[in-house]
Amino acid sequence: MAMTHFNAVLLFATFASVVFAITQRSTPKAMLRYGLYCWLWFVLSVIVIAWVLHWIHP
Amino acid sequence: MPLRVYSVEMPAKANPSEPKQGFRYLALLAGWLIPGAGHLITGRWVRALLLFVSITAMFGLGLAMLGHLYLPNTGNPLDILGFVGDLGNGLLYFGARLLGAGTTVTTVISEDYGTKFIVVAGLLNFIAAIDAHNLQIGRKQ
Repeated sequence: MAMTHFNAVLLFATFASVVFAITQRSTPKAMLRYGLYCWLWFVLSVIVIAWVLHWIHP
Repeated sequence: MPLRVYSVEMPAKANPSEPKQGFRYLALLAGWLIPGAGHLITGRWVRALLLFVSITAMFGLGLAMLGHLYLPNTGNPLDILGFVGDLGNGLLYFGARLLGAGTTVTTVISEDYGTKFIVVAGLLNFIAAIDAHNLQIGRKQ
């Protein structure tokens, strides 16, 4: 199964964020907030790093 | 006349969040072998289901992308670490090995993504199993 880098990132961020949220927080509300926080950081950091790499080595 | 103080022990109230008796490492072991099983043992079935789906899907996608399964080795340190990560998948890893999956040599980039998905699924399962252990012994609620 071939997958684009960005699709792979989205799936990776989703699954990793679910596990981080469940294991690092105790209440459902805190889990939801932390899961969203992790997911956004995963995706945003990948987009920023991708642009930086694009400028360094187009 | 000396004053004597007597204490009367009251029976402890049943608390659902109290650690359960039994084999101390059962949740840790079960959680490692089957993703989410440790949380199921501690009675957190929603968390167990989410962990099972997330880790199994990550492992399955890794194999679907023709990711590589590391074998026990003493060569490159990164290969050794890759094997340790893969081992975190528990029965998923052993099952895939038995079925002969993950033996392709990486030639395209999506196969490398698959290899990383499998390793990270194992590492996430280690974290989940330790969390289940903490729930069982009462360190976490």
